[in-house]
Amino acid sequence: MDTQQQLDDFQRRIDNGEKIEPKDWMPERYRKQLIRIMSQHAHSEIVGMLPEGNWITRAPSLRRKVALLAKVQDEAGHGLYLYSAAETLGISRDELVEQLLDGTAKYSSIFNYPTLTWADMGAVGWLVDGAAIINQVMLTKTSYGPYARAMVRICKEESFHQRQGYEIMLALANGTEAQKQMAQDALNRFWWPSLMMFGPRDEDSPNTEQSMKWKIKKKTNDELRQQFVDQTVPQADILGLTIPDPDLKWNEERGHYDFGEIDWEEFWNVVKGNGPCNLKRLEDRNAAWDNGAWVREAAVAHAEKQAAKRVSKSA
Amino acid sequence: MNKDWPIWEIFIRSKNGLEHRHAGSLHAADAEMAIQNARDVYTRRQEGVSVWVVESKHITASNPEKSGELFEPAKDKVYRHPTFYDLPDEIKHM
Repeated sequence: MDTQQQLDDFQRRIDNGEKIEPKDWMPERYRKQLIRIMSQHAHSEIVGMLPEGNWITRAPSLRRKVALLAKVQDEAGHGLYLYSAAETLGISRDELVEQLLDGTAKYSSIFNYPTLTWADMGAVGWLVDGAAIINQVMLTKTSYGPYARAMVRICKEESFHQRQGYEIMLALANGTEAQKQMAQDALNRFWWPSLMMFGPRDEDSPNTEQSMKWKIKKKTNDELRQQFVDQTVPQADILGLTIPDPDLKWNEERGHYDFGEIDWEEFWNVVKGNGPCNLKRLEDRNAAWDNGAWVREAAVAHAEKQAAKRVSKSA
Repeated sequence: MNKDWPIWEIFIRSKNGLEHRHAGSLHAADAEMAIQNARDVYTRRQEGVSVWVVESKHITASNPEKSGELFEPAKDKVYRHPTFYDLPDEIKHM
């Protein structure tokens, strides 16, 4: 049981802006909350490869194809950075993977939406990565050292992800009428789910207060969501596309855009596993894991054989 | 995984003349695979010219609770720094 003295000392370290490292004492709740957040983040990178992987073979040019391949490969890498960082909290990789595969762990709901057209690759890069970057830039300052370091690396690599998405949108928006339609349709379908990426409203987010106190997060869901809307609206204007929200308008007094209400019923429905692709995503991850079992086993067998050879040579 | 792949710590030299620095960790069945995975995970943008891998279990770390007794003795030894010594302003190159 954590004593009050320990908790106070820990809070003092946090308030002083100190980073917490793996072997430092930390409250059990801090550890648990971090494992939850970091593993969800890692799973999101891994599942996030699926909707984009869907389009690699059908990218319209070699330039687009190498970019999309590199992006998806980065996401695998980012998943690995985050899994490794989460493991420093005392959970094993196997446990983490199992929680994803059996559906007990969550990942970002955005990946439970299908990518129906090529324009969706543009919308995903522009909006989904754009939203993710806002969250991740904040997390580079998080109080847990390994998480902060992983975030710095990820943010550095991810800025190209958003740019390549926006470039796709730009090409379509300046293309034929049909291409422009396709871009608008992608924006229509991805706008609201992108806003949902920041999570429930502050008053419905039970973990926010404690996360802020421990400086795991430095901004609330609603603050981050507002930041995203403010930065994205002018980008949509440059594309000449319309954001599908009749209530969206500049509020001079606040110095921010006002925007309409998110369909929270849809949000909770997708979180609970009833989104358009929840089942498919988990099926695909499970299939990849099961079909890769022989590779993992063969690698261990090879390593053991090589080790035995070295022993017999040195004997 | 029936048999867990061990975890490895990865150190990367970004260019000759600089030291290897800790980049992160990853799982691999053996050292050779750890190097190959490190190439893919940590050097996708030419971040390195050399990689060291060491199984994490071989690293002994100091205990943060003992940080005081380990590191504090250096705290009051300001005389180990050049600025501790008073010299006239006319002295150059010292």
